[in-house]
Amino acid sequence: MSGSEAAIPWLTILVLLPLLGAGAVLATPRRGALPKQVAFTVSLATFVVSVAVALQFDVDEGFQFVEEYSWIATFGAHYAVGLDGLGLVLVLLTTILTPLVILASWDDADSGRWSVNSFFAWMLVLESLSIGVFAATDVLLFYVLFEATLIPIYFLIGGFGGARRSYAAVKFLLYSLFGGFLMLASVVGLYVVTAASASGPSYLLEDLMNADISTSTGRWLFLGFFIAFAVKAPMWPVHTWLPEAASEATPGTSVLLVSVLDKIGTFGMMRFCLNIFPEASRWATPVVMTLAVISVIYGALLAIGQQDIRRLIAYTSVSHFGFIVLGIFAMTTQAQAGAALYMFNHGLSTAALFLVTGFLISRRGSKMIDDYGGVEKVAPVLAGTFLLAGLSSLSLPGLSPFVSEFLVLAGTFTVSITAAVVATLGIVLAALYILYMYQRTMTGPVRESTQNLPDLRPREIAALAPLLLLIVVLGFFPKPALDALNPPVDRLLEQVGVSDPEPTVASDEEGPSK
Amino acid sequence: MDLLYLIILIPAVSAAVLLLGGGATKRWGHLLGTAAPLVSFLLGVVAFARLAAGDEEALTQQLFTWIDTGGFHVEFGLLFDPLSALFVLLITGVGGLIHVYSIGYMEHDARRPRFFGYLNLFVAAMLTLVLADDYLGVFLGWEGVGLASYLLIGFWQHKDSAAVAAKKAFIVNRVGDLGMALAIMLMFATFGSTTFAGVESGMPEVSAATATALGLLLLLGACGKSAQVPLQSWLLDAMEGPTPVSALIHAATMVTAGVYLVTRSHFVYEQSQAAQLAVVVVGLVTLLWGAIIGCAKDDIKKALAGSTMSQIGYMMLAAGIGPAGYAFAIFHLLTHGFFKANLFLGAGSVMHAMNDEVDMRRYGALRAVMPITFLTFACGYLAIIGFPGFAGFWSKDAIIEAAFAEHIVVGIGALVGAGITAFYMTRLMIMTFVSERRWASEAHPHESSLVMTVPLMVLAGLSVFGGVLLLNGWIVDWLEPVFGPEEHVALPIPVVVMTLLTLAVVVVGAGTAFLLYARRRVDVVAPRRVSPLTKAARADLYGDALNEAAFMRPGQYLTRSMVYADNRGIDGAVNGVAALVGGTSGRIRRWQSGFVRNYALSMLAGSALLVLAVLAVRLA
Repeated sequence: MSGSEAAIPWLTILVLLPLLGAGAVLATPRRGALPKQVAFTVSLATFVVSVAVALQFDVDEGFQFVEEYSWIATFGAHYAVGLDGLGLVLVLLTTILTPLVILASWDDADSGRWSVNSFFAWMLVLESLSIGVFAATDVLLFYVLFEATLIPIYFLIGGFGGARRSYAAVKFLLYSLFGGFLMLASVVGLYVVTAASASGPSYLLEDLMNADISTSTGRWLFLGFFIAFAVKAPMWPVHTWLPEAASEATPGTSVLLVSVLDKIGTFGMMRFCLNIFPEASRWATPVVMTLAVISVIYGALLAIGQQDIRRLIAYTSVSHFGFIVLGIFAMTTQAQAGAALYMFNHGLSTAALFLVTGFLISRRGSKMIDDYGGVEKVAPVLAGTFLLAGLSSLSLPGLSPFVSEFLVLAGTFTVSITAAVVATLGIVLAALYILYMYQRTMTGPVRESTQNLPDLRPREIAALAPLLLLIVVLGFFPKPALDALNPPVDRLLEQVGVSDPEPTVASDEEGPSK
Repeated sequence: MDLLYLIILIPAVSAAVLLLGGGATKRWGHLLGTAAPLVSFLLGVVAFARLAAGDEEALTQQLFTWIDTGGFHVEFGLLFDPLSALFVLLITGVGGLIHVYSIGYMEHDARRPRFFGYLNLFVAAMLTLVLADDYLGVFLGWEGVGLASYLLIGFWQHKDSAAVAAKKAFIVNRVGDLGMALAIMLMFATFGSTTFAGVESGMPEVSAATATALGLLLLLGACGKSAQVPLQSWLLDAMEGPTPVSALIHAATMVTAGVYLVTRSHFVYEQSQAAQLAVVVVGLVTLLWGAIIGCAKDDIKKALAGSTMSQIGYMMLAAGIGPAGYAFAIFHLLTHGFFKANLFLGAGSVMHAMNDEVDMRRYGALRAVMPITFLTFACGYLAIIGFPGFAGFWSKDAIIEAAFAEHIVVGIGALVGAGITAFYMTRLMIMTFVSERRWASEAHPHESSLVMTVPLMVLAGLSVFGGVLLLNGWIVDWLEPVFGPEEHVALPIPVVVMTLLTLAVVVVGAGTAFLLYARRRVDVVAPRRVSPLTKAARADLYGDALNEAAFMRPGQYLTRSMVYADNRGIDGAVNGVAALVGGTSGRIRRWQSGFVRNYALSMLAGSALLVLAVLAVRLA
């Protein structure tokens, strides 16, 4: 793999910082806001380090901040980490969202099953593991971290959620374990393949990309990875754990679950499925694209029919993940860069939506849409931020998700007009589910139940404002993100062995001569 | 010109200040909000003067790279050519007047600064729409004006009717946007470029099918934004917004964006006769559709909204005719912008005086108490019916002539439309200003303040003298660099005869209205026993009923059954049954027993669906 060894182990620092912070939070006396303050400070420090990493990042180079140590020599497993543009963007997403989530969740753990300290400690553990997942360049290391993320999220849902949190947590766990089990089989399979080769067993991504894997073996192993990632993403028809989990967890947990953890699914598809199994990826394309298009439409239709605000947002994510997977498997530069950017933008937009609706729900104590009405009149700031977050979810041009969604669609259009046209129907459905929800909760006459609803507090505004600001800025100026994402996408498509279709008519950019 | 971007930026910044500033802007918000479009107007005039000086064919400015990945490259670029110049002046000029008027109209609204913030947002987005040099940039403005329209229709969103109307407008527009988005994708796939210049240069080489597809997709977008059949249903409901909004967005500027799109894309339509024909048909159907609706409405704003649809139908028709019609489409768009803004603001002045009453059956004899409103409204009225010498006379006649040259049926349709226009406008005029007073007992009508009447006077002046744009064929020559030389088509009959014929039809329309409404008492309550046509027109020719039956109800049924299936079918017995039973262990046990069976069932259904879908993708 191209790239250079780092003099300072930046990525290990990024992984360890929140992990040690979690220990510190647990050790903090259970008094007042102290554990929360410690957790917030740690997450902020992690964010600062990640920005320092981003500033040193050279978009034209391959993997950077590389660290590689042999871990289990018999299996060829390594502690190997490194960041390319894709990993960097997702690490930044994680480090941006975690402090905001902690800020937004300030009071959410006070009535949990376990202590406040453990809530915030688990969040930091989750941050640490997520960073590790996005930085891992060894398949076994990735797999171990991937499975390990289940532990904090299980406790976060099961310990601090709504009435049916236990059920939701178990369901989530069973689904994930099912996917993880298939992936484990494929991970073992990879060992078998490389152990038979002359160079001996290796789980390094670099080695696996060059490994000689027979067509049928490759396809089977691909499926193991792909199904695990599809469960995580989540794609239709293995999506049904998400509405439950996202609805029962605290808003902050839902953000970490949907905005960060679920990205591991789509990230994994790009990093491992496509890189290690290029032939199988091309082979699976028609089916995967079909599933993705179904997810887009299915998720949107289900969202329109929901009565529960949180479940509604969960289904919108099924739809959005459909776009991301569609973009990945359309295998054109625009579609994949769009999909990668979408991962980041969806993270911002869904986080804003989960947090602002969380603030709303905490005021009234109900998740049901029909219990609201006329909120705009009594809490205009809340309504305004809700609308802006909603508009970003329906991909309004000028807000960041539009750029990514349009790139996915335009890139898909060049290879499959049918898929692009059907997926584009999603933009009409998105307007329906967002504006129908907004209309029923925020507009109309003020209800008795909503007339004393307080507007957003400064802490809540502070948690939302950075997200909304980023959504607007990246809507007009996505260039920094695209600059980081274009090179890894180019390399990935080269590895898969596809190139963009040429325009059918060569156009003369200079314009017509008159 | 280096200051081009300021034309957009000034209202955009003003909008941001007003929307984020909240209560702090209470005292000066309306002043800032009004100053912004006026400054943009001055900048527009300066740019216009430079363009008119003739040294450059267009002013351009590249701001920054918006999107760049692989072969997809979109610069944020501005193009100030003769076509966009006229739009910039219309948007900021008429828009500026409407801002001034709003100072008075919204005086007693506690959220006035926010109103101005939304208006400025609209102006910024609309200017982006007409100044962008790339279809994706147009799309940005396109959806931006859609958002502003949504916010402003729903400005009084504590009323359910306003909130529903706002949502409806956005969603119907999104259906149109679907067409526009797909058109842009097709452009990228075909040309690798989405700039006007890139598409124009590649157009002569594309296949007829691609050209037709592009034309129809763009037309779908235009239908949504310009409320043309079949996406017309939202405009009448949009009258829920404050009246200055109806004047600015739903009459003078935003709803004409579809005409801008079609004329701007003339190079697309010139490659496809089928797409051109579709534009003509849409225009013709809508011009009659809107006019018929306008005849039956008692709500003054809805009558004017029907009229707006109809007049935009004329513009569409002209745009579909080709080089013989482009300049006239834009000419009528400008004069319509003047007189329709005039009429809407006049209606607003009446409503203001009548405690927000909109039912014309509750008006009558208002000319004496509101002389300025009456006189200015009369100018707009004469302009729209095409009274000789007034602005609409020149622009509508030109379109009717071009329509006759296109095809006799099209010509007759346009001519009949002129007659109906004269009918419903005369009816409106009589019911409001003439006839006997039918006011509610608590109504105390009075003339509006100067801040509202001065914009009316200016617009009345433009309604009278707007025709000067055609003097010596100025507007045709001005637009020639954009549309190419005008194709002059020969009429089978002399132009004078044509004009007289049109006038005769107008007189018949106006005379019928006079006989029906001025010579007889107008009922305060609308008569129930009316002809089927009147019933249909009152129901907006059943546009909503059709949408409901064809899309809304099946859609609701579909989502409901899917939600049911997702909960029961895919997810097993848990969600329904176990929640009632309770007890964690019991839940999990039930879950496990139900899981396999239900999962197998859903897998079967899913696989069947999957096979079908794969086949669909494969075969396509």
